[in-house]
Amino acid sequence: MAMRTAIGRVRGLGSAKHGTEHWWLQRVTAVGLIPLTLWFVASIVMMAGAEFETAYLWIASPAGAVPMILLLLAGLWHGKLGLQVVIEDYVHAEGFKVALLMLVTLATVGLGIAAVFAVCKISFGE
Amino acid sequence: MASAQRPLSPHLQVYRWQITMVMSIAHRASGIALSVGSVALVFWLLALANGPDAFEIAQAIAGSWLGYLCLAGWSFCLFYHLANGIRHLVWDMGYGFEIPQFYASGWITLIVAVGLTVLAWVLGLYWLR
Repeated sequence: MAMRTAIGRVRGLGSAKHGTEHWWLQRVTAVGLIPLTLWFVASIVMMAGAEFETAYLWIASPAGAVPMILLLLAGLWHGKLGLQVVIEDYVHAEGFKVALLMLVTLATVGLGIAAVFAVCKISFGE
Repeated sequence: MASAQRPLSPHLQVYRWQITMVMSIAHRASGIALSVGSVALVFWLLALANGPDAFEIAQAIAGSWLGYLCLAGWSFCLFYHLANGIRHLVWDMGYGFEIPQFYASGWITLIVAVGLTVLAWVLGLYWLR
């Protein structure tokens, strides 16, 4: 009775619900993280033993703040997707598995918000 | 789950350890370690946002022997996961699936990861002086 086609009704309703989205986002974040990681390591190496002032001015500048936010959001999400696969592979007790997956998601979002807040406070503060 | 009496397919313990399997496991292990490291980075940023006093404490923790141990481990995990991650992306594009190529890319990845870790620490400690 529905006017929708058969393919329209089943699309996105497979057992995984999201098709290749998980796999693809893991790759997209991975590619983005290549330059961000190199930038991060180079910056940290030059920050070795830095005083408060130096580190603060680094994160306060757009050239420090923007890549740092990108690094943390891409990195945390990449880590969330990776930990999810590890948990799904090795944790077989259903309740514990769901609890762990939920914990990872909540911690990822919490850390991401905290990181963005910290960088914004440094950039816009005072 | 198979019932107790049924034969099982060969599992991990029957295989000779080889670089390909070690690197596969290490990719996951380093990823987990880096997830923990990202928590430390967020706390470092929060300390920096909090002001000089909190930052002083964060730097003291990072500068302790335990801090150095963690930083050394995380830096290697980062370079390893980066290099091996690129190896994975190359596989995703459909290249490098011959057995000799697996071994060659494995050793190259390992050498690059160790090399970049040493380079980063030499430069970092040189800057510190």
